Amino acid sequence: MKKLLNNVDQVVEDMLNGMAAAHSTYLRRLQNTTVLVRKQSPVNGKVGIVSGGGSGHEPAHGGFVGKGMLDAAVAGEVFTSPTPDQVFEAIKAVDGGKGVLLVIKNYTGDVMNFEMAAEMAEAEGINVQQVVVNDDVAVEDSSFTSGRRGIAGTVFVHKIAGAAAESGADLDEVKETAEKVIHHVKSMGMSLSPCIVPAAGTPGFELAENEMEIGTGIHGEPGVERTSILSSKETARLLFDKVQDDLHLQKGDRAAVLINGLGSTPLMEQYVFTSDVKEILDEHGIETADVIVGEWMTSLEMAGISLTLLKLTPDLEEKLFAEADTPAMKRFAK
Amino acid sequence: MDKQMAAEWLKRFAETVEKNKEELTKLDQAVGDGDHGINMNRGLQEVLRKMEEVPADSPGGVVKAAAMICISKVGGASGPLYGSALMKIASALGDEEDVEGKQLTKALRDGVDAIKKRGRAEEGEKTMVDVWEPAVQALEQGSSWQELTEIVKKARDNTIDMKATKGRAAYLGDRSIGHLDPGAVSSSYFFLELACVMEESS
Repeated sequence: MKKLLNNVDQVVEDMLNGMAAAHSTYLRRLQNTTVLVRKQSPVNGKVGIVSGGGSGHEPAHGGFVGKGMLDAAVAGEVFTSPTPDQVFEAIKAVDGGKGVLLVIKNYTGDVMNFEMAAEMAEAEGINVQQVVVNDDVAVEDSSFTSGRRGIAGTVFVHKIAGAAAESGADLDEVKETAEKVIHHVKSMGMSLSPCIVPAAGTPGFELAENEMEIGTGIHGEPGVERTSILSSKETARLLFDKVQDDLHLQKGDRAAVLINGLGSTPLMEQYVFTSDVKEILDEHGIETADVIVGEWMTSLEMAGISLTLLKLTPDLEEKLFAEADTPAMKRFAK
Repeated sequence: MDKQMAAEWLKRFAETVEKNKEELTKLDQAVGDGDHGINMNRGLQEVLRKMEEVPADSPGGVVKAAAMICISKVGGASGPLYGSALMKIASALGDEEDVEGKQLTKALRDGVDAIKKRGRAEEGEKTMVDVWEPAVQALEQGSSWQELTEIVKKARDNTIDMKATKGRAAYLGDRSIGHLDPGAVSSSYFFLELACVMEESS
């Protein structure tokens, strides 16, 4: 393992201090916690939005703390859900009197830890609601699994629910908006090389020089198939088809596209892939209202990419373009 | 069981997890996200420190302190699952200084029920429940500590042939077959060390 760090046990701690130092105009770290909150928290009269999860997905989630997106991000250990006490601290810090929405990615651990935190907050009289993001179409949704995983589509939930909260909507409305995004957003990823959890020191899986894995999760969970390496065009088509199977975009529909580099995929390759995705969308007559390219929800040093499509309705589109000012995502009012 | 035995049980549990954390990580890399050994070890090492700093004055107190640490230090799915189980066990043990076998069994029943409720899991889903449930059932049916050891090992190994339908391994579907479940393995340590401590004192 070759990584730039000091001590594997301190990596989250050190990273949080770095994020607080780099983004001090946006956020601050709650003392003795792994929570980053908006600099002026709580925002009175606004629904608070708290998200988080294991570390190793930066800029998610701390990078989305700021105006128009999250009020707090709770960091767990690498690829490990944060604990209930930490989530509870975040809820208390951002409750501005209108309640708090928890945005949870669908993993057994995350759901349980956030649920326990919600129970603790309710016991203190804070109104808490939660939504669970499950955009990854790679794994089947069935009553026999914990459902689909939450991946990069979560960023659209942060953005659009954040805009709803910023506009003064109440907790039920913000939750409804978040659920609408979740209903309309689908993603799928692939990987060219694995990632190494610092404390484990070895890759979670291996891929030969001429192999790629389709449908890999953002923690290196095995995907759906391993194939010999495909071109960007072929990969784009494969991921698009799988996403489209679920999303059923029609000719004339408007969509937002999020291309997400998983950690060590150069922007050059991300743009190559973006061009291929755009071509496919054009072929289908789907109007691309927005194309966002970059690293939004990474998987340490994994090489690979994920494709997220969000089917837009006029209200979702309006909120997607609403003003946001966070370290990782900025939107200026038109 | 008195407070020394309770402390000895959890101490040995922590030591066994530490000794096998790489094995647990390897098992979890095969079917999950590879953090089970790391998370359990981080939490249980903290339990060891806490037990030395602030010794509790009853078995229930020992378990309760461990529960709080699991909830706040372990994370992942195992934190809330072990945390919820230990919390219920602690409540059932109360603050009595010496706990009878029957009461301990009843407390462990509350523990496994807490795991099932928190994880929405039943037996046969390739999870820690597949060790907890047969272990507690055996105690309820009057098995000796010696017999418990065999039952727990067998229950642990039975998870190899199971297909996961809960937890992260469930995404693998049929490909989860052929692997030991990491949560079942750490749970086997929990019961094996309990049996060992109880056996030695009898």
